[in-house]
Amino acid sequence: MPEGTFAAVVGPSGCGKSTLTRLVAGLMTPDAGEVWLHGERVKGPRKTVGMAFQNPVLLEWRTILDNVILPLEIVAPRMPRADRIKRAMELLEMVGLIGFEDKRPSELSGGMRQRASLCRSLVHKPDVLIMDEPFGALDAFTREDLWQTMRDLRQAEPFTAVLITHDLRESVFLGDQVIVLSGRPARTQFVLDVDLPEDRTLDVLFTPKAADMLHVLRDQIKIAQGREVETH
Amino acid sequence: MFSKIATPVIAIIIFLGLWELLVWVNGWPNFKMASPSDLPPAFWKYRDLFFEMGWQTLWRTVVGLFIAVIVGTAIGMVIGFSRIARDALYPLLIGFNAIPKATLVPVISLLFIGQHDFNTVLMAFMISFFPIAVSVGIGLSTLEPEYRDILRALGASRYTIFVKIALPKTLPEFFGALKVSATLAFIGTNLVEIVSPHGRGLGALFKSGETNGDYPLMFAVLIALAFLGIVLYYAVIFLERIFAGWADREAT
Repeated sequence: MPEGTFAAVVGPSGCGKSTLTRLVAGLMTPDAGEVWLHGERVKGPRKTVGMAFQNPVLLEWRTILDNVILPLEIVAPRMPRADRIKRAMELLEMVGLIGFEDKRPSELSGGMRQRASLCRSLVHKPDVLIMDEPFGALDAFTREDLWQTMRDLRQAEPFTAVLITHDLRESVFLGDQVIVLSGRPARTQFVLDVDLPEDRTLDVLFTPKAADMLHVLRDQIKIAQGREVETH
Repeated sequence: MFSKIATPVIAIIIFLGLWELLVWVNGWPNFKMASPSDLPPAFWKYRDLFFEMGWQTLWRTVVGLFIAVIVGTAIGMVIGFSRIARDALYPLLIGFNAIPKATLVPVISLLFIGQHDFNTVLMAFMISFFPIAVSVGIGLSTLEPEYRDILRALGASRYTIFVKIALPKTLPEFFGALKVSATLAFIGTNLVEIVSPHGRGLGALFKSGETNGDYPLMFAVLIALAFLGIVLYYAVIFLERIFAGWADREAT
């Protein structure tokens, strides 16, 4: 997977997508084989990854701002607090959370919490962002909002991204590549290069080109699930 | 604010009124059951003893509770982090907790003859560490893996993860247990004070009231104990507000 690209991983449930994220993040060691990332073998956790989960896992006793700052406390323990705040506020501004930095997570809506969670995963400028269905628990409109936020964040600060998702439209809108995994044990079954403009808008999902891609992916998922492809 | 203080005060007055009524209706004499109106004279008559003994009971209880917090948290951490320790220690802890502590009074008073302060503190500790150990253990072992992963993925040490995530996340459970333990510790202290010959503290004062058939004194001691229990309970709530106030959400 080339550096700086956005890979969306789809596949039937239970095929090992979450395991993949934990391997890339260095939280698990593979039973066999090796994980390579940016020319380096992954042996354990590294400071240059960011992680986001379906559950925003914000710390209830910290304000939104202090939640976003958390990774900096680990990665850059000597960074002055003023610089940390500046960096966190930059990101909060990009996702539209200015004015909420002193609130506690319980005071925010699900979508806002997930935005804060994304800020936290990017605050230490990771070179790889690993996301495990970060938009899965949100309603459809909030989800589309966050897709656009994600796109803007990536344009502002390029990073390599791995996104696990169940949503084919999401994979096509955000991904440069869509990787379809087959069932247990997971194998790369199919790779689709998303041939859409960089600065895509939601409307792009309604073009025939996108519809064709979604169709191909749909069929590939069915194969991955071990079902017959319907004949058209 | 006014109703926050007035409501419990009114409730206490109603309770005392019902108690007075009960004694009056039954026509119980003083040597059978004291009534609230007997208590102020009893307090006044023995006021010096109440301050002295009350202080004795209070400091022993607080010291016992303090040790229970330290030891209970330590045991909780062990059973929270290690599966093997949990399997090994739980039956022992539950078994120990099931033993009526009154049965241990002769054992410890024989082991540490004459060490009244030590024995009392020890009993207060033994009776109150269990809820703390269990709640800290459960709090730590039920920590969602994602919470650990957000820091672990950055290479944070186990210690950092404990201090930044596990410890604060367990605080609400810890304070819940501490409220139970604070009142239990009083039971432990008084158990030793009452049963030991030549004991000190409010328990001993109760005992001497019993020996002399002074019922108003005995009931006055019970009220003093209840008062100390309430004071300690609110002290715990005060600490909880400071350290775990974030867990308190407005009821909607």
